[in-house]
Amino acid sequence: MQTLTNDNWLLTVGTFLPLVGVALMMFVPASDERAHKQIGIVTSAATLAIGIWTLLRFDFDQSEKLQFFADSEWITVIRSNYTIGLDGISLPLYVLSMVVTLLVMIYTWDNMPDAGNPKSFISLMLVLQVGMAGSFIAQDLILFFVFFEVVLLPMYFMIGVWGGDDRQYASLKFFLYTMFGSALMLVAFLALFFQTGAESFSFHHLAEAGALIDRDVQVWIFAGMFIGFAVKVPMFPFHTWLPDAHTQAPTQGSVILAAILLKLGTYGFVRIAIPMLPQGAKAWAPVIGILAVIGIIYGALGCLAQTDMKRLIAFSSVAHMGFVMLGISTLTEFGINAALFGMVAHGLITGMLFFLAGSVKHRYHTLEIGRLSGMLIQMPRLGWILGFAAMASLGLPGLAGFWGEFPAILAAYNPNFGLDVTLYRTLMVIAALGTVLAAAYLLWLYQRTAFGRPNPEFTGTHSVGAAAADDHHGADIHDVTPIEWIAWTPFLIAIVVFGVYPQLMFDVMDPAVTALVERVGAGIP
Amino acid sequence: MMLAASASTGWFLENAFLIPLIPAIGFAIIIGFGRRLPKGGSEVGIASMALSLAIAIGATVQWIQRVGSVDEGSGEHALGGVFGFARSVFPAASEGGKGEAYVEPVIRSWTWWQSGGLEFGLGQHIDGLAVMLLLLVAFISLLVQVFSTEYVAGDRRYTHFFAALTLFSAGMLVMVLAENMIQLILGWEIMGLCSFMLIGHWWEEEANSRAALKAFFTVRVGDMGLLVGTAIIFFGANQWAVENGSNGFSIQAISGWAMSGEASSSVLFWGAVALFIACIGKSGQFPLHTWLPDAMAGPTPVSSLLHSSTMVVAGVFLVARLYPVFYTGFDIGGTNVNLIAVIGAITIVIAAALAFVQNDIKKVLAYSTVSQLGYMMLGLGVGAWLPAVFHIFTHAFFKCCLFLAAGSISHSGSHHSFDMKKDMGGLWRKMPITAGSWMISTAALCGVPFFSGFFSKDEIIDNAHNNGYTFFYYVGLVGAAMTAAYMTRATYLTFFGQPRGAAAGEHHDEHGDAHADDHDAHADDHGHDAHDDHHGAHAGPHESPWRITAPLVILAALAIGSGYLNAPAVGTHYFTDWVEPRGAAVELNAYAADDGHSEALGLAALPRAEEGYSEGCGYTDPAPGTVCYAPKLNHAEFSWGKAAPSIILVAFGIGVSAWLSLGVFGGRRNPFAGLTRRFAPARWIHTFLVRKYFLDDLYERVIVRSVAHPISKAAYWVNQNILDGVVNGVGKSGRSAGDWVYRNVDQRVVDGAVKASGVVASESGHALQPIQSGRVNQYGALLFGAATVGAILLILLNI
Repeated sequence: MQTLTNDNWLLTVGTFLPLVGVALMMFVPASDERAHKQIGIVTSAATLAIGIWTLLRFDFDQSEKLQFFADSEWITVIRSNYTIGLDGISLPLYVLSMVVTLLVMIYTWDNMPDAGNPKSFISLMLVLQVGMAGSFIAQDLILFFVFFEVVLLPMYFMIGVWGGDDRQYASLKFFLYTMFGSALMLVAFLALFFQTGAESFSFHHLAEAGALIDRDVQVWIFAGMFIGFAVKVPMFPFHTWLPDAHTQAPTQGSVILAAILLKLGTYGFVRIAIPMLPQGAKAWAPVIGILAVIGIIYGALGCLAQTDMKRLIAFSSVAHMGFVMLGISTLTEFGINAALFGMVAHGLITGMLFFLAGSVKHRYHTLEIGRLSGMLIQMPRLGWILGFAAMASLGLPGLAGFWGEFPAILAAYNPNFGLDVTLYRTLMVIAALGTVLAAAYLLWLYQRTAFGRPNPEFTGTHSVGAAAADDHHGADIHDVTPIEWIAWTPFLIAIVVFGVYPQLMFDVMDPAVTALVERVGAGIP
Repeated sequence: MMLAASASTGWFLENAFLIPLIPAIGFAIIIGFGRRLPKGGSEVGIASMALSLAIAIGATVQWIQRVGSVDEGSGEHALGGVFGFARSVFPAASEGGKGEAYVEPVIRSWTWWQSGGLEFGLGQHIDGLAVMLLLLVAFISLLVQVFSTEYVAGDRRYTHFFAALTLFSAGMLVMVLAENMIQLILGWEIMGLCSFMLIGHWWEEEANSRAALKAFFTVRVGDMGLLVGTAIIFFGANQWAVENGSNGFSIQAISGWAMSGEASSSVLFWGAVALFIACIGKSGQFPLHTWLPDAMAGPTPVSSLLHSSTMVVAGVFLVARLYPVFYTGFDIGGTNVNLIAVIGAITIVIAAALAFVQNDIKKVLAYSTVSQLGYMMLGLGVGAWLPAVFHIFTHAFFKCCLFLAAGSISHSGSHHSFDMKKDMGGLWRKMPITAGSWMISTAALCGVPFFSGFFSKDEIIDNAHNNGYTFFYYVGLVGAAMTAAYMTRATYLTFFGQPRGAAAGEHHDEHGDAHADDHDAHADDHGHDAHDDHHGAHAGPHESPWRITAPLVILAALAIGSGYLNAPAVGTHYFTDWVEPRGAAVELNAYAADDGHSEALGLAALPRAEEGYSEGCGYTDPAPGTVCYAPKLNHAEFSWGKAAPSIILVAFGIGVSAWLSLGVFGGRRNPFAGLTRRFAPARWIHTFLVRKYFLDDLYERVIVRSVAHPISKAAYWVNQNILDGVVNGVGKSGRSAGDWVYRNVDQRVVDGAVKASGVVASESGHALQPIQSGRVNQYGALLFGAATVGAILLILLNI
């Protein structure tokens, strides 16, 4: 594997910089909320600046190579090194995690969840950012595992402390479920390590040595990784933690969860499971494909049954990640490119939808679809943005969602490596039906909440219900605030820009994906 | 670019991609700044459409020159050559006799996305079909926007209306000049979005927002076919296309591949079926036509635009555009029945039958559109490509005119009502210009000789017969008679007889407010002071102002004139020359250019196949090294004798319908008056029609409701109780296992052992020294056990 080692300090700094903010915040008393928010924004902005610098220094002509590569001894006793690097597959997700964290920080300025205590909240988010960025740069299994697990704890506390009414159940479920997956994953990692001669945990080594493992052993090891990553994605039938976690999480948590955390699972498939265990991947691909398509239809049906807006959006994640997994399961360049694009697009679009849900909740104190109507009259701009996000989410060409969805469907027509064509073509047709259902649940949601006339319950001066009691920000239902504009505009712009000119991302990913698929093909006899 | 081209080109042809780009930019400007502009953004919309139209006219002129240059075998003007773009496909043209040589489309492409090392483009594919539709769409859009400035004046979402209208046109234009399938899907879906926005323009009323949802959703059902079909065709064509320097999304490559004889017939067949499903949805063909009449909930200019040149024509366009795929996939030249013709025929008849029972003037027109789209599909299905495309062209003018006339009536004549039975009648005296343009357009629609519809529709019918599709010939004739009859009925109800309701000057408040086409600006600013009635400032019927009548007059003129572009009766065939892609084989020189990027499909002149019905493109596979981009089609010779049956049937339809209308609605004595009350089977048929063959009931009450309610609820129940039940069950059983282990193993066995050992120890110790060693053991074990279980419980219960 060729590597480029210029500026290899960039990734380490970009990943761990948020810890500097955490350290600073330790010395500021918790009562000074403003200072904490400022530190949070400045730190994540500085991190993003490093991220943009990384983007500028990245050699786009060689995006199939690991860049900013660094390799130093870490835990020699188990032969695990601090190996990091970035290529076309991880670059978009790495930068996305930084962008999302900054925007969430900005959103927090005005929208601190009810439990208060920004000091802990913001430091947890910064720690979370370290875990997310670290997972995308790690090129060593143990290092990856550590970052992967670092993500869990802050999110557990974010849901458990700042979440909704049922937060304790949701946070515990999230934590235990993911831990359960991680445990199997770790076993699989260790099995892989020992099967390849216990020499190294580096991705590069494992990708070369892993392909030589006996097919049946590969299948078993893949099973362990499959469960670990499938829980994270989440794939049907391991998805039930997701609606609870999303519904109960504070807005910030939901956005980060949707935008980045879920992608750790799909990224794991693309980066670890498939290249290291090519024959295992081929054996498991039909299973993944079938579960992905079940997830698409099932998630859509789940959406149609929802009466709560946020829960509906959460279920739509199951469906969308189904498209991503379908793309991956074809093991083709088309499919994996679509999956990678879909990850970023889903992060932007569903992140945006969760922001909107948070703002609706903030204004109406409910997300019950039956009670919301006429949002376009009361808050025209927010209503428009909701319509825009819904259209993006249902895969309208010209917006980012399309490029994750359509090529994935396309790829299923012709799966790679002799996978069963009839099966995949059936999956393709069912997945296409999923796009119809997506239109149904999203537009039905939009019709019920945004169209029509406002519910009289919310048009009066709040004398109607007790809803006004816990409203911190004025008694009226107002349109998008300046802070919201700042936090949302980058999302909206990115959705349009990537939708209109997808080459921006495909150009980066495609060489890396082509190289990856070639390597997988070499490992399949 | 190596091969010299022999066809002329020009700036407008090379830069035709600006035609959709300008309205797209216009849309962005209106959305961004429209509200601050003096005319609320409408000026930007109109200006952008006018500019597009100007470029489209330029492109049309240059295309005609290009065709001429090919036909004359001259044209030493070199084609634009290499543009320095990533990929460009610039085949040269062949030479041949007039009207026979293949005219190379003007294709340009820029890299849009890539995958698996293949680069896919965004660009333009300009040929006769594209040029014709670009001109048509830009022209109709401009007129509709001018009409709208009056019609929706004062509307609360005036700016948004123009923004959506402009984007709508941009979407259609993008689709028309699409270089590849992905771009075509882009335009296709943008139109879907805009139809959603425009049909639901007055979304405060639930009926309107439901109609918008229904339109988008029904079309989306068909779009499944588009996605699947594009995938099938892509993988079918890609290898052939890549070998020839293109890719499997390129429309030209797909056409060439489909005609090459190398394509698998099952791939072609299923690809064609899938794509045609998309056309069924978009073009309102049976059985997915039900959204179109509901779409009348939108403002009238929207209906007009939607039904004439955009949206519903998209499906027909797709079939026409990828005609080689359908032609070979369904073997149109070789059989006398296929899916397209069948669906088209069914649609003609069922939609026409429904038009008889409508009271809403716009719904009559809506079903009429569905029926006419059936004609276009029928034409494409029977191999009458040119008449079908010509029918798109003529239909756009007279249908747009009819809708705008309906809008004019509602605006100035019937007080925002579209109910012919309640609020119209006798309007021709009050609104002569509207009535006149309506009559002309109706005559064109019915296919009265010397009006434009005659020249297009009759050609479809004639060619069906000529190509051996005899059954469909009779369907076409029946449809023509039905069209004439229902339009006569609508005309009578609207313009003749006694004025009723609003047309008689009455004004009902509740009606105006409840109706779908209610809008903020009531028509009370037109100088009608003489008409003050008891209800205030509302006028009786009067003629509309110029911004409404001017488009009407222009369109009415075209409803006559447009037919003469291709009127065999008077010997013109310009449309055939300029628009029809010629089924002549051209030489194929695939080569990769040095830079590895600008690969090109090079085509040079080739002696074309000799005349004959069994040779040439579509009959025999092109010789090695040559390629066909279109099948060679037959054209029926026109004769008045062959046109006579349809003329007689149209006259018969008009006559019978007029007689019946006079009887049923006009109160003349007539045996058919009140038939549905007296005669049960007639009543059943009437009910069957009024309920729209119960298709809406099937879709909405059975399919949609079952998916939206029982099925999704059941899925969710499974989620909550089975899948989540397992998760919670595992959690709970883990906890109870912990409890059980604690109570039985830890406390009884382990602790029992500890206690026992403690007892032993204490007893033995007691025997030795009375120290508390037993207690220490006991405490230690308890502490350790409690800490472990406590930690588990802490995590499980999150205390």
